[in-house]
Amino acid sequence: MARTQSADLDRKKFFADPIMVTTIAVLIAFLTLFILYPLAILLVDSFVTDQGPTLSVFRRVMGMSNFRRAITNTLKVGFLVGIASALIGLLFAYVEVYVRLRTKFMGGLFKVVSMLPVVSPPFVLSLSMIMLFGKSGIITRYLLHIYDNSVYGFWGIAIVQTLTFFPVCYMMMKGLLKNIDPSLEEAARDMGASRWKVFMTVTLPLVLPGLGNAFLVTFIESIADFANPMIIGGSYDTLATTIYLQITGAYDKEGASAMAVVLLCITLFMFILQKYWLEAKSTATLSGKASRARMLIEDKSVTRPLSILCSLLALFVILMYICVPFGALFRTWGYDFHLTTKWFVQVFKRYKGLKAFKDSFILSLIASPITALLSMIISYLVVKRKFKAKGFIEAVSMLAMAVPGTVLGIGYIRGFSAGVFRTGFLQGLYGTGAILIIVFIVRSLPTGTRSGISALRQIDKSIEESAYDMGADSFRVFMTVTLPLIKDSFLSGLVTAFVRSITAISAIILLVTPQYLLITVQINEFAEKGAYGIACAFATILIAITYSAVLLMNLVIRYFGTSRNYQES
Amino acid sequence: MAKEKKGVRLEHISKIYQDPKTKKDFYAVKDTSLDIEPGSFVTLLGPSGCGKTTTLRMIAGFESPDEGEIYLGGEPINALTPNKRDTAMVFQSYALLPHYNIFDNVAYGLKLRKLDKAEIKEKVTNILKLVGLEGMEARMTNQLSGGQQQRVALARALVLEPGVLLFDEPLSNLDAKLRVSMRTEIRRIQQEAGITAVYVTHDQSEAMAISDKIIIMEKGVVAQMGTPQEIYYHPTSEFVADFIGEANFLRGKMVSRNGSEGVADVNGSKVELSGLTGPQKAGDDCTLVLRPEAAVVADEGQLPCKVILSCFMGSYQNYHVMVGDTQVKVTDFNPKNKKIYEVGDEAFVKFDPESVHVL
Ligand SMILES: Nc1ncnc2c1ncn2[C@@H]1O[C@H](COP(=O)(O)OP(=O)(O)OP(=O)(O)O)[C@@H](O)[C@H]1O
Ligand SMILES: [Mg+2]
Repeated sequence: MARTQSADLDRKKFFADPIMVTTIAVLIAFLTLFILYPLAILLVDSFVTDQGPTLSVFRRVMGMSNFRRAITNTLKVGFLVGIASALIGLLFAYVEVYVRLRTKFMGGLFKVVSMLPVVSPPFVLSLSMIMLFGKSGIITRYLLHIYDNSVYGFWGIAIVQTLTFFPVCYMMMKGLLKNIDPSLEEAARDMGASRWKVFMTVTLPLVLPGLGNAFLVTFIESIADFANPMIIGGSYDTLATTIYLQITGAYDKEGASAMAVVLLCITLFMFILQKYWLEAKSTATLSGKASRARMLIEDKSVTRPLSILCSLLALFVILMYICVPFGALFRTWGYDFHLTTKWFVQVFKRYKGLKAFKDSFILSLIASPITALLSMIISYLVVKRKFKAKGFIEAVSMLAMAVPGTVLGIGYIRGFSAGVFRTGFLQGLYGTGAILIIVFIVRSLPTGTRSGISALRQIDKSIEESAYDMGADSFRVFMTVTLPLIKDSFLSGLVTAFVRSITAISAIILLVTPQYLLITVQINEFAEKGAYGIACAFATILIAITYSAVLLMNLVIRYFGTSRNYQES
Repeated sequence: MAKEKKGVRLEHISKIYQDPKTKKDFYAVKDTSLDIEPGSFVTLLGPSGCGKTTTLRMIAGFESPDEGEIYLGGEPINALTPNKRDTAMVFQSYALLPHYNIFDNVAYGLKLRKLDKAEIKEKVTNILKLVGLEGMEARMTNQLSGGQQQRVALARALVLEPGVLLFDEPLSNLDAKLRVSMRTEIRRIQQEAGITAVYVTHDQSEAMAISDKIIIMEKGVVAQMGTPQEIYYHPTSEFVADFIGEANFLRGKMVSRNGSEGVADVNGSKVELSGLTGPQKAGDDCTLVLRPEAAVVADEGQLPCKVILSCFMGSYQNYHVMVGDTQVKVTDFNPKNKKIYEVGDEAFVKFDPESVHVL
């Protein structure tokens, strides 16, 4: 028994479709060149010198005490942030799914909390942390009269990262809790178990793999985070910042490559653990949809403390975000609270704000439709088509999720500054806007692809088959059937890509040339100099842009996105 | 209306799949040869998992066969993609394009063929009239009933005037009444359009009602092929006899055989048989296939029996009787003026010698 003939015929049919073959070839080339190759070159760089293969670079790097310290620092922060975020996320999710919230206000708070990290640049909390609790922080200096508080270092990073990342855990845990069949818990209650006991013996074991999953996802985010440790880390260096300094400060390219390889290995390990072990497990125990509505907890002794705790946390997070626009409106933060527009004026008059916004805006605007389209094409290929290279395409586009921006940045420097494999091929790319756009695309591709894949899985395969059967080729099927059916996912992918691009920093900061001024890079620069007024002004406008983009998307989806109706049927 | 009726020929077609659990290859369809005449309505019938859908999808081009060649109107089509094949499929789930209205759904294939607007409009209007949906052009698909959606799916396939129409259990999502009226409709339209149709179902009455020919499949192979009457009256295996309609199987031994006449011994009673076609000689084991409606319970007959169930069903009296230790079902129609036997009564099963089929 051999399946050779069908394989043969399938191949023939496949190659009878030139548009698809070309698309796949281009995709493979793109993924190889801009994701695999830069990572491979890091390996080559750190293992091979002029004298041939060697471990000397690694030996040198591991000999640096500051690098060894950076590794422990990073892991420590990641561990704490992972645990804290997962637990706070669980708390929020539990309160939303299980507890009767009396007021609209609470619901609103929850929504804002889940929304904020989406629209804001990932590092604004560091700014507000400094402005609230730093040496001239409003809370420390004015309310508590502490004049020498230092927010820089381990706790600063840990708190800021936790507050930044826990909403993601909250959304993940919410999805899981909603899928728990209420009758499981009610059965335990019937047998006389207390609420706490039910939580510990039924609910928690059910979501434990999911909690582990949330922990790992946050862990990876924390390890890969560059901007927060940069702004609030002080002398507490993490891997991302150490690598950055190694290349921008010490100009040690081999060393930085070797360090990047170490960082990549850590995140890859975590990623594989998360993807292949916990992700599958986290939903395996939960059997689809809950059979009926849950009886919400009304018991005041439970609801009061939980909702107060959540509200306080939520208000605190919101306060921190609000701090940013105010930072841009006060004359001198911490000393002179007269309202002023001088920072905004300075942004545009002195610091070429307009150019910064234009550059960031235009580059992101170019990158986002390409990203959205690419991720839809990849999802379509992965979900709906059968071909040999499919596994490769899926794996590599997901792999990008595990690659920290800093690692990618170093890879691009090493891989493209002298052309591909130092041959000069594509050297023209280096230092241009095009390479920035490519980085934006690569950084947002995994998120878009993931959402595209889950949207496509819901569409009955025979709808596309019927179009194919009526005479449409793959390209037509994609354009006239697939894409219209996942319009929502496409639109939100578009905006997500835009927001992620315009708020990106870690890879970009290594690759940007003076020719381009990017907002995030400006914010980082001013924050480091201690010019918080300017940094806040930049950040405020940036948040305004991203928030409008998200609003616009919601409007568009509300008016034109009807795809939800027919996905259900 | 069809440009040209096309026949379908499958020559020694096999399809191998891998069992996702055990990772073992198995034949979903094995060495199947069919010759479907142009313009005929052929039904693939069989229990779940016997390879009907797989066969249909190979004809449509969604799956590639592992052995053998498929011909459409005499041309080999193995290497053609579905969009290049002159076939049109009606899917079980209808698979209408949900973002288009009825008109655009039906016009989709025509637009791909680059027909001009006026022509498309005319064709679509005509076909919608044929399926009884005129005036609904602007509706969206989710504003239609199941039966109407079914008709759009049919219209959409018909309007392309394909060489062959393929149906995969198109009626299984409809309620029983609608199923009956839709199948008559499909048959009418197929005959009117004179199109070759291959139809998949596992509903045997549906198959009997609409087919020129029925192909019974079992575990990936063709068990029997023939007109509904041939299959019903002359099943070639117990599987087929049991699958199509109800059947009693009586084990016996040929006592004598003389051309199409013969005598069999069943449970000690001699049963005269006529119209024999099988190879059984005197002394061979044989199985008598007796349809419940071909027999009655009477005071005298071929086989002595004991009644174990007697139930009035309106148009017939339903009996279960024991012949030796074989249970036999008998449906005695129009019982009004007949003697009714009660449970425990001793009687005889009586039937015409020609209405028994011998295997
Ligand atoms: N893609 C596939 N991979 C592996 N096995 C498959 C695949 N598609 C079908 N099969 C198997 O092949 C066999 C035949 O399937 P097929 O769908 O043709 O059955 P069917 O006769 O249409 O049944 P039903 O009446 O339930 O629709 C089944 O055992 C099925 O599990
Ligand atoms: Mg089937």
